[in-house]
Amino acid sequence: MSLPKSIDKRSTLPETFEAGHSLWSDARARLLKNRAAVIGGVLIVILGILSFGAPLIAPYDYAEQDLELGPTPPSQDHWMGTDNLGRDLFSRVLYGGRISLSVGILATAVSITIGVIYGTVSGYYGGRVDRVMMRLVDLIYAIPFTIFVILLMVLLGRQFILLFVAIGAVEWLTMARIVRAQVLHLKQQEFIEAAHSLGLSEMRIMFRHLIPNSLGPIIVYTTLTIPLVMLLESFLSFLGLGVPPPMSSWGVLIKEGQEVMENYPWMLLFPGSFFAITLMSFNFLGDGLRDALDTRASKD
Amino acid sequence: MDCAMLSIPEHRKISPMSLLQVNDLHTSFHTRNGIVRAVQGVSFEVNKGETLGIVGESGSGKSVTCFSLLDLIPKPPGRIEAGEALFGGKDLLTMTTAELNQYRGDRIAMIFQDPMTSLNPYLRIEDQLIEPLLIHGKADKVSAKNKALEALKMVGIQDAEKRLRHYPHEFSGGMRQRVVIAMALITEPDLLIADEPTTALDVTVQAQIMELIGDLQAKMGMAVILITHDLGLVAGFCDRVHVMYAGRIVETGNTDQLFRHPSHPYTQALQRSIPSLRDQRVRLDTIDGAPPDLIGQIQGCAFAPRCQHRNDSCQKDPYPELASTQQPEQASACRRFILGELSLDHE
Repeated sequence: MSLPKSIDKRSTLPETFEAGHSLWSDARARLLKNRAAVIGGVLIVILGILSFGAPLIAPYDYAEQDLELGPTPPSQDHWMGTDNLGRDLFSRVLYGGRISLSVGILATAVSITIGVIYGTVSGYYGGRVDRVMMRLVDLIYAIPFTIFVILLMVLLGRQFILLFVAIGAVEWLTMARIVRAQVLHLKQQEFIEAAHSLGLSEMRIMFRHLIPNSLGPIIVYTTLTIPLVMLLESFLSFLGLGVPPPMSSWGVLIKEGQEVMENYPWMLLFPGSFFAITLMSFNFLGDGLRDALDTRASKD
Repeated sequence: MDCAMLSIPEHRKISPMSLLQVNDLHTSFHTRNGIVRAVQGVSFEVNKGETLGIVGESGSGKSVTCFSLLDLIPKPPGRIEAGEALFGGKDLLTMTTAELNQYRGDRIAMIFQDPMTSLNPYLRIEDQLIEPLLIHGKADKVSAKNKALEALKMVGIQDAEKRLRHYPHEFSGGMRQRVVIAMALITEPDLLIADEPTTALDVTVQAQIMELIGDLQAKMGMAVILITHDLGLVAGFCDRVHVMYAGRIVETGNTDQLFRHPSHPYTQALQRSIPSLRDQRVRLDTIDGAPPDLIGQIQGCAFAPRCQHRNDSCQKDPYPELASTQQPEQASACRRFILGELSLDHE
């Protein structure tokens, strides 16, 4: 370390402070130092590109059958082999990923939206409103998920959209609780009192001051919810309640692979490992985000 | 100003100088353990441009009084039971939130105790400074930004252009309090309520902040209500003082009188508990006992159990109302003092 050559008394601040350091940029720096989280993030991006670019990348159509070919192990023409009906497994894995990731992201988005607003309102108003709203959450928590989904399917038929509804309806509960706790804590802080004393409307206080200050936990929980939702989707597919054929999701592919795994192990191996890698990546990223955003929780 | 009106809440005379007139305010908290009567019939008046000190120890109701005016007490459990607060002839206490929001942050501003938590950690100083201007429709975004820069310079922050782009955690406690003051005063309010603005700061910074508030007050001509437990702060800063104890005003008067001729034993006891620089080897006086539990009714004078001048009737007679003393503009809630049984003047 060398001493600065001249000390200019007027510039009391180092150059890097010029634009101001938000807590977000600090968090980003902490996140980038976490190798597992960065690798997780990169893998998610790659998997995302592969899945959502499936129509461009996949060598075959996901429904294109070649019954004469039947199930073949990985080869030059079919990188991951083919399934019972001679469909290219690589293409099916990519298209399946598209469904699985969409379900994961969309259902999570639905549940986050409901959960954040519900939790903010409940925590902000407190008192009787809070008690009623939280008892409702407890009530919905008590409904057995599987039975709920099966009932939905029976009543409304096997529709793709129902997957979102079913999963979203369950997942927002935890989010609402997390946000409510956060808002209860923030409400005590003087800047919320100050916001009241400045004449801000309740809506503005909630959306400009309370929710942005809860974003840390919200983001963390979002990244941890996506894999959870994908797991739920595969669980439903495993029960035969997932997407209808010939569409496929990773859950559907794993189920098909599991049925024939003694004879054609690649049919389980490839979708299984894609799924596992995705789940792990999300969890690594989520953990990294938690460490980066919530400095209190990172000490464990 | 006729101070006798303090003892007669029904009196509705509004002098042309009057900015805020609070009449018979009652605020209580309905808790599981019972009803805490935090403010029991407080009346006072603030004139344009003056500085009013409200002094009392923790739990005396001084903050709750001011929070009630702007409807900032947590409800539930808080409840404003009775009273009115006339600001420019309109009662703040009966306004809807939307109506009150027209006043909050525009004509009445507030600064809080802890500058560490009174700014939103995720927003740039600039965005927080312009918020009151924008929501009250006082400026568009461009002119608001210019005003924010001006305000930041006004409160004495160096490198204001750069500092506008910074976040609260990049400021020290004293600097943050300056930002908070800038934010409160950016709309040029008529009344500033300062709730222990220097309690969380170093002594040297305290002096700077008080000086700043004083300068800005002189410049802008706003009235200030200073809530504090620090009599020293009051002595240097306020025109008039109200001393609160157990949810009531026990003495009012101008600052000079209050220090020279206290008319309530509590005021005297508070003064005696200020460390003196002259007699360094003297043991500091303290007030024995603790403030009363405000759950339930207190019989007689609330200070009586801790008062060295009490006699039997202090705790038996009904609560003594504020009454004018011999001194102009002074009122006391001490029965014995009013009856002339007591002299509290300093030797």
